[in-house]
Amino acid sequence: MSNVKVSANTDIGVDDSINLSNEVCPMTFVLTKMKLDALKPGQHLEVVLPAGEPVRNVSISVKEEGHKVLKVEKMGDFFRLIIEKG
Amino acid sequence: MSKIKSKKDMRITVDHNLEENVKKKIVVDAEIEGKVGKIDFNELKSGGFIKQRQKDLFTARMRCPGGRIPVKKLKKIAEIAEKYGGEYVHLSFRQSLEIPYVNYKSFNKMIEELKEVDQNIASCGPRVRVPTACSGCEYNPNGLTDTQKMAQVVNEKFFGYRCNHKFKISFSGCPIDCARTNEMDLGFQGAVFPEWNEDPCTGCTICASACLEGAIVPHPQTGKPIFDVSKCLYCSDCIRACPTGAWQPGKIGHVVRIGGRHGRHPLNGSVIAKFITDEEVPKVIEIVLEWYKKNGEGKGRVRIGEILMEPGKLESLVKELEKAIGGKVIKSAKPPHAVHINQYD
Repeated sequence: MSNVKVSANTDIGVDDSINLSNEVCPMTFVLTKMKLDALKPGQHLEVVLPAGEPVRNVSISVKEEGHKVLKVEKMGDFFRLIIEKG
Repeated sequence: MSKIKSKKDMRITVDHNLEENVKKKIVVDAEIEGKVGKIDFNELKSGGFIKQRQKDLFTARMRCPGGRIPVKKLKKIAEIAEKYGGEYVHLSFRQSLEIPYVNYKSFNKMIEELKEVDQNIASCGPRVRVPTACSGCEYNPNGLTDTQKMAQVVNEKFFGYRCNHKFKISFSGCPIDCARTNEMDLGFQGAVFPEWNEDPCTGCTICASACLEGAIVPHPQTGKPIFDVSKCLYCSDCIRACPTGAWQPGKIGHVVRIGGRHGRHPLNGSVIAKFITDEEVPKVIEIVLEWYKKNGEGKGRVRIGEILMEPGKLESLVKELEKAIGGKVIKSAKPPHAVHINQYD
């Protein structure tokens, strides 16, 4: 398991969290989006996603909707993302 | 030249045998299967009226570049279809709206009413057809190039240009290629060359997850991308996914395919150029059409793809294109490839 940090800040606080390790597209993005909608701009959401298509699609979609992926951590077959609401 | 004799396939016969200057602004008494009426050749020359099985009835094909019809226009077309056509409209395979069951006697009135909303009739026959395009980059997230804009440009500049045979042009905004550039006489597919900058890269490996082609593999220690350009389809997914902007667009443009076709003798087109800019597209089309005219002389109804399969022809076109677009032309291009059903056991 590699721990790769994106942000210079190693201790990013998390305001909410969702485990989507058993979900498939498009629910991975829909559920991420619903969680993000409930947050205020600048707040952080932690998302755990299966590797492959879900992490691909969620990364692209959250960026396109104006949010920012602050941290990416690979955990075996899963990814842990910390997303800052835009 | 003022009277057409009864012919079953009027649109083709009339269309092909007259010179353009003869057909202009001539209203004639037409006799079709014993019925007499007035037909303006200037309208018919585009040949957008297609004879149906049913006596006296034609399908009128609208000209809808890129398959986009403003809603206001669509309302008027619906009214006209109700008045002159049958109980439905049909969407053609090349994105045109067709109104079936129109009596030839209604052509002139119908054309006039369509003009009120700037709606023109499309084309058949040996000429540049209405360009097709995918839905467009304004709202489709995959879109890399403005295919709708380009369809309008081509529609205005090249629609109706006479060729040996039909000549179809399409625009796809990305490698998913919804507009099937591979089977067009000339197809343009959006492409973005990704460029990686080390500084912003944190080695998060998202780009490797985003790349569907295996063109990006993360370095086992640093997680930073190892890029195999030979696998890249220029789709831009790595750029879109990268959280830090380490991947950025480099060259942006169109991959050009030529000589494709469908039908009885389908051909897969040749990739002949890469990263052509929007501004270079009309020049490329112009060169290709001139080359086609010159090399098709005396050959009758032959598609450009068939000419390109003759020895030396592809090389000759590559040379012509090179003069205008230089190194963007692909010198090692292969001729179109036939996929006839009777080639296989």
